[in-house]
Amino acid sequence: MAAREIKSILATDCGSTTTKSILIEWRDGRFRLIRRGEAPTTVEAPAEDVTKGVLNAVGEIEDLEGRQFLNSRKDGVLVSEDDQGVDVYCSTSSAGGGLQMTVAGVVKSMTGESAQRAALGAGAIVMDVVASNDGRLPHEKVADIRRLRPDMILLSGGIDGGTMDHVVELAEIIRAADPKPRFGVGFKLPVIYAGNVEARKPVTDELGDTMELKIVDNLRPVLEKENLGPARDTIHELFMEHVMAQAPGYSKLMEWTGLYEDGKWRNIPIMPTPGAVGKLIETVARQLDIHVMGVDIGGATTDVFSVFDSEGQPVFNRTVSANLGMSYSVSNVLASAGMENVMRWVPFHLDEADLRNRIRNKMIRPTTIPQELEELIIEQAIAREALRLALVQHRELAVGLKGVAQERTIGDAFDQSSSGGTLVDMMALDLLIGSGGVLSHAPRRRQTAHMLIDSFLPEGVTMLAVDSIFMMPHLGVLSEVHPQAATEVFDNDCLIKLGHCVAPAGQVKRGGILAEVKLTMPDGTERTETIEYGKMKLVPLGAGEKAKSEIEPGKGLDVGNGPGKSWTGTLEGGVVGLILDGRGRRPFNLPADDVKRVEKLQEWSGSLDSYPERFLSLGGSR
Amino acid sequence: MAFAYTPGLRVAAVADIVKTRRLPLKGQVLVKKGDHVKADTVVARTELPGNVKMLNIANILGVPSRDIHELLRIKEGDRIEEKGVLAQSKGLFGKFFKNTVRSPIEGVFESFNEITGQAVLREPPIPVQIDAYVDGVVEEVLPDEGVLVGTHCTFVQGIFGIGGEVRGELMMIVDSPDQEVSPDRITPGCAGKVLVGGSYISNSTLRKAVSMGVKAMVVGGFDDKDLKDLLGYDLGVAITGHEKKGITLILTEGFGRMGMAHGTFDLLKSREGMTASVNGATQIRAGVMRPELVVPLQGSESASVEKGREAGAMDIGSFIRCIRAPYFGRLGRVTALPPELVVVDSEAKVRVLELEFDEGGGKAVVPRANVELIER
Repeated sequence: MAAREIKSILATDCGSTTTKSILIEWRDGRFRLIRRGEAPTTVEAPAEDVTKGVLNAVGEIEDLEGRQFLNSRKDGVLVSEDDQGVDVYCSTSSAGGGLQMTVAGVVKSMTGESAQRAALGAGAIVMDVVASNDGRLPHEKVADIRRLRPDMILLSGGIDGGTMDHVVELAEIIRAADPKPRFGVGFKLPVIYAGNVEARKPVTDELGDTMELKIVDNLRPVLEKENLGPARDTIHELFMEHVMAQAPGYSKLMEWTGLYEDGKWRNIPIMPTPGAVGKLIETVARQLDIHVMGVDIGGATTDVFSVFDSEGQPVFNRTVSANLGMSYSVSNVLASAGMENVMRWVPFHLDEADLRNRIRNKMIRPTTIPQELEELIIEQAIAREALRLALVQHRELAVGLKGVAQERTIGDAFDQSSSGGTLVDMMALDLLIGSGGVLSHAPRRRQTAHMLIDSFLPEGVTMLAVDSIFMMPHLGVLSEVHPQAATEVFDNDCLIKLGHCVAPAGQVKRGGILAEVKLTMPDGTERTETIEYGKMKLVPLGAGEKAKSEIEPGKGLDVGNGPGKSWTGTLEGGVVGLILDGRGRRPFNLPADDVKRVEKLQEWSGSLDSYPERFLSLGGSR
Repeated sequence: MAFAYTPGLRVAAVADIVKTRRLPLKGQVLVKKGDHVKADTVVARTELPGNVKMLNIANILGVPSRDIHELLRIKEGDRIEEKGVLAQSKGLFGKFFKNTVRSPIEGVFESFNEITGQAVLREPPIPVQIDAYVDGVVEEVLPDEGVLVGTHCTFVQGIFGIGGEVRGELMMIVDSPDQEVSPDRITPGCAGKVLVGGSYISNSTLRKAVSMGVKAMVVGGFDDKDLKDLLGYDLGVAITGHEKKGITLILTEGFGRMGMAHGTFDLLKSREGMTASVNGATQIRAGVMRPELVVPLQGSESASVEKGREAGAMDIGSFIRCIRAPYFGRLGRVTALPPELVVVDSEAKVRVLELEFDEGGGKAVVPRANVELIER
């Protein structure tokens, strides 16, 4: 079947808690999202078969559409060459916790960190970094490896030709731990060795018989060079071959995904969810030639994706903050950010002990949702900190050149976290896309815009957008098979533009005007808005509406063309509108005084109409 | 949609469970299939490699690594004593200002690397043994690794816990599930016991329990700020069980003041005086693990086995507990499962259920995600 004849597509994303299905069809000369269904994911007991959740999620679409999408025995998605069922079925997955890895390196801040970058780049969650100098005793390392039950281990260490002892000792520890895969009892655990070439034999002697050992090029062949590509590719390969294939029901699901081409069945590989989202964001950045950031905040993890320039070339980066999320990891947000940082976003007074208990109760019962407005506001406060911390981690790891042969100086090699300098430049950012439950399903889109601005602090002129119903994973995997359908649905149904945000950056004078914005509105009228210090303003400008604009920043302030230089261009609205943010950048500070802080938060929420007015009476007064 | 999946903790008066008892390293299994074991029966043992100490001899002596070999006073594999001489420099004229490197530990001189100048010293092996944890029968032997022990028991899962495996006699220290544990209830007679409290225990009372030698505390709720004080850090990811605080703590309901579910309280009360095996280990992740209390049963108590339910279908009439504000902890029965999405107070559109609270407590509409099934 030629690509243009494809008319009907089903895609699913098997998340850690929910399996989401979407139906895309060719209607009125373009591809559109027709239906969405969802059902609980069924990887865990009692079902222990991911396809059950898929059948339920697709069944919901069947019910709503009144057509058949499952085959008559209800044991598969109906993909055919005629008018029955759909033409294509594809899927992504992060179920069962996604790809969970332990990485090992001799020196924690050197090969340990390189191994961490390789695993993160492949879309894995790094559960632990084991290193010869990590302070743990050998038997503690053994116990931790065994307890965490990673899906895969990446072992690195030593430059080529250097000392072998420590990396061999790490291999001894792994052998001693003999961790069992989470899925597929009786299968060997995949271990990738990407260390000193001269230690290949002793490492093979240690692990060859008990582990599924793969040997790839050293990811740190010399001290000042990082070579992550081979390790990353092998992680992807083993993820499909071993982890996915062993997860309950996946071998069946892997047979379902595909399409007929010229009468022959072609299988479409299942993609890890973060990999699919990253692919879509990379595609968007390339097609539109812009700098893009995307963030996907889930229950257990938060993924950040970015495309910024390095030496004139666009560079894609992806990081996975394994323990920042809104349910399973919610307490870790509190632990990492500190109570003070979470509480600073709550626009009413709240007893700290009460807040702590609420967050803990969410952690131990991670699938609950906020019923009351007060609970929603608290969750959105936590989300701001989770997003902020995920961005901090992204800045630290999105450095230097991409992939193979990342050159660093000897000096950098001793300070890996700051090596290369971050590529993340919020002033250069054109488009910021939010995704994941707390952003995609916020009751008001204004809340989404507000959370994105507070946590990412975009500078200058930035378009804010949200993945409408969390379908970027589906479109990412679809873009591999049918790029046109993926692009059209992304533009028409997936990406909801919230509106441009204009935020002058630089040292500001208290109480002054930060910038003057002259607008020629879509109806031809002209208006001038001011961006006042410490204030937010929402200018009505609807979805698809554009205004020719000239922004005159105050002395020393930057809106994109450099300090004090004016900016001319087109500002676009969205479902929220045009947001003028005068709260300052570099630094952005909330009032230290608690009463003033609450007043300001209430004022800003009021300016954006983020919450119903009754939020002003929430919490105890002080 | 007539039913929904919802989580629930297992609280079973009678159940058959199997516990895996596995060594951290391969070793020797000491029992065989079919053996009757007590909770404290050692079922397997091994020796963990001793802790490693790295010592850079070249740096200490200020001599190039390649020249160290001739200065070593011992060879690889030799036993070493604490403060024993490992290496000595030649000194001036072979006599004066000699530098000596002494071993900081007792153990074995494992290896020396001529490139780095680093020596690896290893302490003596650490013997490790595992017990059966519960009274029961060895159902399967995992060669060189451990055993599976089956037991016929009362089985209660908590929602969160800290601390590892302990055993002790069950003892009630409150009169009702809604009562807080007061310090005066913790007496010297509580030493070695597994105490069952009601709705809440404060950190100071818990510390008193530790000082009295209480093995474990099972209680409805505990404050998170107290947990931070107890642990000395803010717990991030909920993976627990390794804490060494002198007590194992199990919360049956959650954080804050929360009356223990009546069913759980009454069941534990009926087992007072019996020996319980308790584990606070909790892992809230894919492959979730909850803390547990196991009371092995014998003789006439071993009636029919109830099929436990960890997750299942909720239907009209199902007994449920609300697990989120504003009705947190309240119990009731499902009266309707409307299929359409409903806008709740937060303005979110969600799937809901209607319920009637116990004892004429009125009716309410709550998101389906905010309840759990309970067994009655």
